[in-house]
Amino acid sequence: MKSHADLAWGAATAAAMVGALYLAFVWVPTEASMGIVQRIFYFHMPPFVVAVVAIIVGMAASVRYLATRNLDWDDWALASIEVGLVFDTMNLITGPFWAKPVWGIWWTWDARLTSAFVLWLMFVGYLILRRAIEEPGQRAALSAVVTMFQFVGAIIVYMANRWWRTQHPQPVLAGGEGSGLAPEMRVALLGCLAAFLVLYLCLMRLRLRLARLGREVEGLRRTVHSL
Amino acid sequence: MIAVQGVWKFFGDFAALRDLRLEITRGSTTALLGRNGAGKTTLLRMLAALSSPSRGTITLDGAGLREPAQRRRIGVIGHGISIYDDLTAAENLEFFASLYGVGAPGAKIDQWLETTGLARVRNSLARQFSRGMRQRLAIARAFFHEPDVLLLDEPFTALDDRAAELLAGLIRQAHERGRTVLISTHQLREALALATDVAVLDRGRLAFHGPNTADLQTAPEDFYRRFTEAPA
Amino acid sequence: MRELLGPALAIARKDLRVERRSKEVVNAAFSFALVVLLLFSFTFDPSGDEVRTMSGGLLWLVYAFAGVLVLNRSFARETQNDCLDALVAAPASAAAILLGKTLANTVLLLALEAATLPVFTIFYNVRWDFRLGWLLVVLVLATWGFTVIGTVFSALTVNVQLREIMLPLLVFPITIPVLMAAVQLTTVIFTGEPMEPEMVWVRLLVGFNVIFTTLAGALVEYILVG
Repeated sequence: MKSHADLAWGAATAAAMVGALYLAFVWVPTEASMGIVQRIFYFHMPPFVVAVVAIIVGMAASVRYLATRNLDWDDWALASIEVGLVFDTMNLITGPFWAKPVWGIWWTWDARLTSAFVLWLMFVGYLILRRAIEEPGQRAALSAVVTMFQFVGAIIVYMANRWWRTQHPQPVLAGGEGSGLAPEMRVALLGCLAAFLVLYLCLMRLRLRLARLGREVEGLRRTVHSL
Repeated sequence: MIAVQGVWKFFGDFAALRDLRLEITRGSTTALLGRNGAGKTTLLRMLAALSSPSRGTITLDGAGLREPAQRRRIGVIGHGISIYDDLTAAENLEFFASLYGVGAPGAKIDQWLETTGLARVRNSLARQFSRGMRQRLAIARAFFHEPDVLLLDEPFTALDDRAAELLAGLIRQAHERGRTVLISTHQLREALALATDVAVLDRGRLAFHGPNTADLQTAPEDFYRRFTEAPA
Repeated sequence: MRELLGPALAIARKDLRVERRSKEVVNAAFSFALVVLLLFSFTFDPSGDEVRTMSGGLLWLVYAFAGVLVLNRSFARETQNDCLDALVAAPASAAAILLGKTLANTVLLLALEAATLPVFTIFYNVRWDFRLGWLLVVLVLATWGFTVIGTVFSALTVNVQLREIMLPLLVFPITIPVLMAAVQLTTVIFTGEPMEPEMVWVRLLVGFNVIFTTLAGALVEYILVG
């Protein structure tokens, strides 16, 4: 049952992704030192930015929920964190594929990667917690509280990791990320970021609808049981 | 004294309480009746400040219930015993005495252990008590800080005779002292023997609230049927 | 302030008394700590200098795993006989309940750590000439940080399914800064290197404790009141 709006969003997202692919694989010049592999960067960094956006949205929605107790805000929090997990997973998976050919190692526990992994675990923890709570109001309130702890926690984890890694130098996956980006690369990066943001919005639409329907089903099920 | 104004309580999309409006007058002993699922426990938990309304307000003498000063005036017997198994009878009461700011707790605790027939076991761990003894300790816990308001959720359920008699006596005594008592129950006769007022909840709404009259006491089941839906 | 401390101390005292009577948690947690020390002996070859550089990490892993057992029981214990309802209904603010339980848990964890430390130094041949004063500071600061998160999440997961798994899953990522700081400081204390460059970690612990104790105190009301 696809509405016109769904089709429009789908088309826009598809177009945006095709545009991103073009920018990343055709348009932008190959990076001098790393070669073709460096192009993964355009699909590695933007998902991370989107994941951060997703967290901020989730956090804001959680605060609104606790203030208003309106479950619509809980839908927003759940949708954003769940979609954010998808993007964060993209980020974590593309990283090693880039690192191995260029630097010879799949992974290193530098500040950025360690923090990224911790963040991913926080996403997962939030979603697993939600599955463990039956009652929607309690689920919403407890998830909202967890989000706040995780948000503050993630920031502190990143700071702590930076101090830790300055004392324990690890092979740093240096270069590339933000250092000395040629103007075309900047354009390609921003273009890909825009495409991923469109994808985020498209997925959010669908996930929000799913969340609302899910609640309706839950409510109907409860009514049926009580008859 | 207790004002429930336009209270709704949602669990997800399910409304356990719907637009409830209720005034409990000071000094009354109210029997809160209703079938299972009508919302009695939900209401009592909110009056005990264990949960908050989704909509509407509940006030005690005009102020909210989350203030510690307000909660000091309330005594609760819920579904569970709320007694620490690893503390003695006296230690249990001492602990709650310190939370409720009971002055000169020693004497009061001694007196209440006497009243509930637990004086001999004051230094025994609650874990070792019989069921009846634990129930009596729970009663002591709820009453001994001399609350103005007593919230009793199905307190007579599974009480042995001694404890039931004790509780009935204490409720009568509380009433004589001008305290406000709210008893939620299925056991119509016991509650109606003690109550000055009756409130009936039906599927989250207030179906009836009024004084406990003679004909109520003679034919409680008829009365009940008039105000509640029989289960399908 | 009195409104906060009074009930908190009463609750802390009650928790410690209950634990002293039942000994249910500390015995199990200490035994578990010994088991973990044993398991580590297969993973790491405990020979001399190498171990000293890892000593902080090993020790705090033991503390973290055993500590979670203690923290799990903190609020779980209250659900027996529905005591949690009586506690929340009492004139103690949710923050006071949290503070009281955090105090009690910190004492219990410090006891666990004190008992485990000598065993650790023997098993892994750590020299005893370390700066005890600094170690105590680190133990107290880090234990409080770990415990305040663990206690508030113990409250959060008390009615949640799979509580025993959810608690560590949620607590460990957030307490990584505490563990990191504790590991770094403890290793430096054991190896005898100067403390000066490590003061940033002490500041991190203090900052963490202030931020999260405040946050927990503010949010615990939403957890305990339905």
